[in-house]
Amino acid sequence: MLVAKSVEKSFQTSNGPLPVLRGVDLSLKSGETLALTGESGSGKSTFLHLAAGLDTIDAGTITISGTDVGTLSDAGRAELRRSRLGLVFQQFNLIPSLSVADNLAFQARLAGRLDPAWQVEITERLGLADLGARWPEQLSGGQQQRVAVGRTLAARPDLILADEPTGNLDEATGDQVLDLMLSLVAQSGAALLMVTHSDRLAARLDRRVHLRLGQLA
Amino acid sequence: MNAERFFPLLFAMLLLPVAGLGQGFAGLGTDAGEGFAVPDPQTRFSFPDDHGPHPDYRIEWWYLTANLQDEAGRDYGIQWTLFRSALAPGEAEAWSSPQVWMGHAGLTTPEAHFVGERLARGGIGQAGVVADPFAAWIDDWSFEGATPANASLGASGDGFAYALELSSDAPFVPQGEDGYSVKSAEGQASYYYSQPFYTAEGTLTVGDQQIAVTGTAWLDREWSSQPLSDNQTGWDWFSLSLEDGHRVMAFRLRQTDGTAYHSGTWITPEGTPQPLAPDALRFTPLATTRVERSGATLPTRWRIEIPQHALDITVDALQPQSWMETLFPYWEGPIAITGSHTGRGYLEMTGYDEDTQ
Amino acid sequence: MTALVFRTLLSHWRRRPFQIVTLLLGLTVATALWSAVQAVNAEARASYAAAASRLGGDQLDSFTVQGANSFDQSAYIALRRAGWEVSPMVEGRIRRADTTLRIIGFDPLTAPPQMGTGATLDADELGGFFGPGGVAFAEPDLIARLDGVDLPELRAVDGTPPRTLLMDIGAAQRLLDLDGQLTRLVSVPTATGPDPSDVTGLAFTRTPPEQGNDINALTDSFHLNLTAFGVLSFVVGLFIVYSAIGLAFEQRKPMLRTLRACGVPLARLLWVMLAELAALALIAGLAGVALGYFVAAALLPDVAATLDGLYGANVDGTLAFRPGWWAAGLAISMLGALIAAADTLWRTVHLPLLAPAQPNAWLGAQRRAMRWQIMAASLFIALAILGAALANSLIAGFALIAALMLGAALALPTLLSFALRVGAARARGPVSQWVWADGRLQLSRLSLALMALLVALSANIGVGTMVSSFRETFTGWLDQRLASEIYLTARDEAQADAILTYVAPRTTAQLPIFSTDLRWQGQQVELFGVADHATYRDNWPLIAQGPAPWDQLRARTGVLVNEQLALREGISPGDRLSLPTPSGLWALEVAAIYSDYGNPRGQLMVNVAGLTERFPDVDRLRYALRLPPGQAPDLIADLTERFDLGPQQIIDQQAIKSLSLSIFERTFTVTAALNVLTLGVAALALFTAMLTLQLMRLPAVAPLWAMGLTRAQLARIEMGRTVLLALLTGVLAIPVGLALAWVLMTIINVQAFGWRLPIFLYPLDWLRLVLLALVAAALAAALPALRLARTPPGALLRVFADER
Repeated sequence: MLVAKSVEKSFQTSNGPLPVLRGVDLSLKSGETLALTGESGSGKSTFLHLAAGLDTIDAGTITISGTDVGTLSDAGRAELRRSRLGLVFQQFNLIPSLSVADNLAFQARLAGRLDPAWQVEITERLGLADLGARWPEQLSGGQQQRVAVGRTLAARPDLILADEPTGNLDEATGDQVLDLMLSLVAQSGAALLMVTHSDRLAARLDRRVHLRLGQLA
Repeated sequence: MNAERFFPLLFAMLLLPVAGLGQGFAGLGTDAGEGFAVPDPQTRFSFPDDHGPHPDYRIEWWYLTANLQDEAGRDYGIQWTLFRSALAPGEAEAWSSPQVWMGHAGLTTPEAHFVGERLARGGIGQAGVVADPFAAWIDDWSFEGATPANASLGASGDGFAYALELSSDAPFVPQGEDGYSVKSAEGQASYYYSQPFYTAEGTLTVGDQQIAVTGTAWLDREWSSQPLSDNQTGWDWFSLSLEDGHRVMAFRLRQTDGTAYHSGTWITPEGTPQPLAPDALRFTPLATTRVERSGATLPTRWRIEIPQHALDITVDALQPQSWMETLFPYWEGPIAITGSHTGRGYLEMTGYDEDTQ
Repeated sequence: MTALVFRTLLSHWRRRPFQIVTLLLGLTVATALWSAVQAVNAEARASYAAAASRLGGDQLDSFTVQGANSFDQSAYIALRRAGWEVSPMVEGRIRRADTTLRIIGFDPLTAPPQMGTGATLDADELGGFFGPGGVAFAEPDLIARLDGVDLPELRAVDGTPPRTLLMDIGAAQRLLDLDGQLTRLVSVPTATGPDPSDVTGLAFTRTPPEQGNDINALTDSFHLNLTAFGVLSFVVGLFIVYSAIGLAFEQRKPMLRTLRACGVPLARLLWVMLAELAALALIAGLAGVALGYFVAAALLPDVAATLDGLYGANVDGTLAFRPGWWAAGLAISMLGALIAAADTLWRTVHLPLLAPAQPNAWLGAQRRAMRWQIMAASLFIALAILGAALANSLIAGFALIAALMLGAALALPTLLSFALRVGAARARGPVSQWVWADGRLQLSRLSLALMALLVALSANIGVGTMVSSFRETFTGWLDQRLASEIYLTARDEAQADAILTYVAPRTTAQLPIFSTDLRWQGQQVELFGVADHATYRDNWPLIAQGPAPWDQLRARTGVLVNEQLALREGISPGDRLSLPTPSGLWALEVAAIYSDYGNPRGQLMVNVAGLTERFPDVDRLRYALRLPPGQAPDLIADLTERFDLGPQQIIDQQAIKSLSLSIFERTFTVTAALNVLTLGVAALALFTAMLTLQLMRLPAVAPLWAMGLTRAQLARIEMGRTVLLALLTGVLAIPVGLALAWVLMTIINVQAFGWRLPIFLYPLDWLRLVLLALVAAALAAALPALRLARTPPGALLRVFADER
């Protein structure tokens, strides 16, 4: 599903280039869940952004289902995100001017894969059935993140990339959201790559790898 | 004779300066109407008064044509016409005058045909006719002398000019029945007299070339109020100056049913007119010409027969393209006469522009 | 996908209806003012073109007699009989039903074919047209207005020039009381004949076709002025659009990021945004053009009156519907939206997919923007200074104004920022320190609206100074110029003699004023003959003179030249010039230059005896009468009764003055109206900027609220700061406005009208204007401040809860 080989990435700073990833090799099979842990600044979010095509790779390759992300154009990377990937961020990134229901269906519509039955099931499972007519700003943080998870899963992505999905939530709410997410991921058969700094959360996934100073430990 | 053409001409003229050409001929038929005087068979001409205008009649003209030759014997023709048309009978002060004047001038050579046209209001002196001493003018065109029998004639237009001295000792010749000229079987008629015996001498100007010429000329005077019959579509009119001294005026008015009304006058060298009955004349077109400027096709070679005077002639246009490109266009040009008699003359044809669309 | 993205983008407006209203309003107003000015100009130009082409004026030569307004029609007959293919015309004006009607008489029989009238008469009607009753052609509107007035039978013909009756020459002669007289002859340019003067004994001059050039050249400057105002209003309107679109972008930034993260390609996103923009521009464009139509319809009567009064140009007072104008209005709306959104689209392209969390980045951004702005401002101001030295055309003058205004507007944020820094340095308490410091943060958002305010205020000061200075100069000049008590125009010379004899015992002087038109140096100029009298020596407004101008005039060796002609031809006192007269050239020395406001034409003045000697045919009908003070009204009443004089024939000084002043006021009515509209748009821009800004101000004020300031205090501070910024802007607008006034009066006016005017200063007007700006700013800030004062504490709390 996802294969990363010798991935390198550095950022330009006023003191010269700052290497963030220094040769990362990583792979993820279909249906597998993997936690990517590390300290702040270890490069774990950067790896996720590269995998999502949100940023460009300096050296090495990341392939998703056999497609080399680094060789894709901007439009190609957008197409990849639209059709294969699902992204969940720490900030929930809902569209404030769309209702909760519209937000939930948004990516599935965009990908042209809207499945009403699946949509209903996800909405119910996430406990959002009564909130469909509300606006995002009227929801609590946990509710908003559940909408974000639901939006991603509704589109039936092959691979979900999640960046600290519970980082903005308190522990109890975060666990609840993670439970839902994992069970739905399992049900949908998608693979999950989750970036987190929490060992406790990482332990709940199939596998975990640890990044330190831009390399896998 | 050329009475009929004036009506459509006038009609076009009245519309044109203010607008485009509009309605057809309807309404300008046989009825004199609106208080205009009507010719009376009993009235006789009184000169010099009748050389002047008759404002109570709807239409009137002073119509001159001349067949001319230069020293080398080349043929030329000129036309000088002043038309008067009344919008209402009588005269009025200055610009209120209902009288409208129109001048046509033509000069024909074997190579070309030149045309000029002028319009003027009555009442202000731009155009008019005075009987005694005689003067007819429009702008700088004039026909003036002690009497019409001894007068100077001049006109000019785009690319041409002429100045001629005309003189004749012969009397004015009344046409028709003592000057009462019938124009249709229904009885439309006009007052009509001619002076067909002028000798002419003068100068033509063609481009920047001056040509001294001599020849003969013919004046027609006609006035009426109701000359056209509803079923008449056009006419072919001939003035013939035969070398034996006779003069012949002959015309045929074409009718919608394909027949024609014929009339004419046989004039002896002494000036005695003998009216020709409708069946005394035969006209046969022999060859046609397509006029380049208008596209009209019309006969420019004719056979004319007057059996009672043993006349059987062929007439040929000097310049088949003698098209008068005026407000209401027509064909008018000099002709040469061969056959039983020889001589020169003038031919006018109208009503051909429509049947060749 | 496109539809989904489109719907998602549009969903923003549903949640923020105020923003879309602002955006549409700005674009609508900008389009409306622009289209209104275009419509007015187009209408006027169409009128000129119609007037020039109607009756073949753009294709026919004219023959007139020098020194005489009319001549006997026998001259026409003589020319026709000499072979000239000329056609007679008689033209004049009559007053009926409170309307001055232009009467044009022509002869349909000799009129060249180019002289189309658009009218149709059939043969039956021609008798009536020529006859004693007559028939006149006029536009349908005019006919409706003249219902029941004693005139020839009226016939509606679309396209007849406004306030004009076309009729047969005979009917026109009767109506104008010019029996047997003609005013000119026309011919095709190729017409030839013997010398008309030899033929008729009259001094005929032949003038080539005008092609509307005269009136176009005269009115061009007026239309350019209008256009400049249209552009100004448009630009100010675009400020609103720019801030509305910019704000929407800021607020939609997270949405755009999410869309990109969900896999919407950038190109698609841009196209959809462009389509959204086009749709909005279309709506605003349609509304704007419709609104512009009403504005134009409201302005047009004044414009028409101005053009008539100032240039004698006939413009229809009603607005025609022109499809091209609608299309142009929509196009300008699209263009405006695109200009206003260019920055937003550019930023969308370069939007980083990963949101940087840099709360203080505004400072760096503002510094960069200001560095850029001040560089551009310096460039524009340098251009303006260069232009001030070099500008020698109207276009250059307006370019100079554009550079000046742009330079000043771009320099404004830096100057304001400097003022705020000075304030902050002097601030004592922590709150006042915050007030000044936060003002600078606010500046980057408000600067555009403040720029619009600066432009509108300085335009107001500049134009106001020009108009007031002009009015002051003009009023004084009228007093000098109109020194005589009564101005008399007799019907004919016999009447003139009779009146002069009759009034002799009651007048102290009778001064002839004879005039003729001349073709000189390729232009039409008026040549006036005046008497040698103290009335002129003591009063005439000379602005440059030789040693003894009036003595030179009396000696018939000198000529006075009006300012506009002198400027146009580069004439100064002492120069020699020669004028064409019927008896050959007349050599004269320029004795002085005099000011001649309100007259677009060149004018020359000579001694009246010299004039009648050189132009023996000149009409001797006009006189100025000097009388002891206070006797004018009685004498006018007496003469009017005794000689049956019309109101145009005998006019007292006061009447001419008030007429001149009313023409003057009308001339600037449109200017004033556009000025007010521009200021209104600027206030609107400030208001919308404040209102949108307030929505983003919560994070800035929430900490202060948390630290113990009440919401009411915060609201007062916010409002006070806006008023302060407006005050600073207003003060800066004064020097900019004066610079503008200087350009208008020493460059634009000289180029446009040929008048140089002294500048007067009106500090009270500035004070009034600055106060107006403060009121506008206070009003603009009031609603947002009120909303801040009423913000529920929860909303402020949320700032801490979910601000990132």
